[in-house]
Amino acid sequence: MSSTTRHTILGAVLLACAHLAWSATYIELPGGTFPSVLGNDASAGQATVPPYRLRATPVTKGEFGAFLASHPQWQREHAARVFVDADYLADQALPATRPDSGADRPITQVSWFAAQAFCEAEDARLPTWFEWEFAAAADATRADARGDAAWRARILGWYSRPASRALPAVGANANYYGISDLHGVIWEWVDDFNALLVNADSRSANDPDKLKFCGAGAIDLQQRDNYAILMRVALLSSLKGTNSTSSLGFRCVRPTTRGSTP
Amino acid sequence: MTTLSRRSLLLATGASLLAAGTLAIGEERAAAPKGTIQQAAPLPATSIYHLSVPLTDQSGKTFQLAERRGAPMIVSMFYTSCQYVCPMLMESIQATEQKLSATERARLKVTLVSFDPEHDTVQVLRKTAEAHSFDGARWALARTDAASVRKLAAMLGIQYRAIGNGDFNHTTALILLDADGQVVGKTSELGRADAEFVRALKRVLS
Repeated sequence: MSSTTRHTILGAVLLACAHLAWSATYIELPGGTFPSVLGNDASAGQATVPPYRLRATPVTKGEFGAFLASHPQWQREHAARVFVDADYLADQALPATRPDSGADRPITQVSWFAAQAFCEAEDARLPTWFEWEFAAAADATRADARGDAAWRARILGWYSRPASRALPAVGANANYYGISDLHGVIWEWVDDFNALLVNADSRSANDPDKLKFCGAGAIDLQQRDNYAILMRVALLSSLKGTNSTSSLGFRCVRPTTRGSTP
Repeated sequence: MTTLSRRSLLLATGASLLAAGTLAIGEERAAAPKGTIQQAAPLPATSIYHLSVPLTDQSGKTFQLAERRGAPMIVSMFYTSCQYVCPMLMESIQATEQKLSATERARLKVTLVSFDPEHDTVQVLRKTAEAHSFDGARWALARTDAASVRKLAAMLGIQYRAIGNGDFNHTTALILLDADGQVVGKTSELGRADAEFVRALKRVLS
């Protein structure tokens, strides 16, 4: 075997490995109609989510590093300021290639536009709020554990832990569907973060501010004892698409494969 | 760190954005992200024309939003079946245009992009444009795909949500872009011309 051939084979193997390293696991979720924290007058608080495939884990530093290598226009030095803010990837030490560099930790400090671009490169998109909320209603054994005050208290506990602590590796605490890290690790972008028009004061529900909100009033929050989820809504609705913070990451969604011919 | 301090951090991030935006003006980037428009002259880093938004207007013409580059433009988002705000939105723009001289007006473009590509077909857009007697040479009522609607709204800081009965909740804003697609003015005032917005218009059209 010539050295050129050797090199070619080695290159092919490396490419295959790189590809495998970035072939994320997506899990089929059934979807359905469920009570959402986002109520509105048309749906009486019920949201309907068609079947979808959700990424089992948040996108990691390693995965995002691989994306940056193939999409240099999204590297911190190159990304146009109209898509990212000054904190974009500021402390992420990418590409994360060394084993001790946290390649299996969730990527954070990414803008919504960069997260969308990553998902598109993975033939996916960001989940809608309802898709995220549907998956996050589950605990380890129940599809919807939200009625359990003890479980609500447990996920709420995360918000009082220090944000300065290093993020753990992804993949822990898989829920009923096999989806990990929906609670307790990071905040996550959703596709429609700029759709969570929340009416902070429910007393104005019968007096919609028609000059601001076209067609109907703002959303009213339901399940007011579900603080952990409500805080997500509050945070997401406060963001701009260019924002990035050290506790804000993302995962992606693909269309269902159910009913499609192989 | 407590919840409160997490929130403070976020606010601090928001504040630093402003500073970052200011610093970035005038910078030029070597490479533009995938799906973006390449122009002969490089776009400023803060130009919304970096975003790919494939549009079809009321005459059926297809173009990229970035092809509107070269003249100041008012851009906003609407949907045709909207009964309350959207007619006022159009009237506000027309009232604003009345504050301009004929020469200034001739230089100004207007692009309104629908939240509702499902219902706002080219035919529907054409009827709306005719009903309001919009000058087709300057005004584009346009539709794009659902994913681009979300991205453009995120870029413009407009919030919207389909509420299931053919209606949308949305915030309303007129955004003024300079010839290179940088935001130089914004107003949420409806029903009449916003004096400050008119001043910004006159500056950018002079």
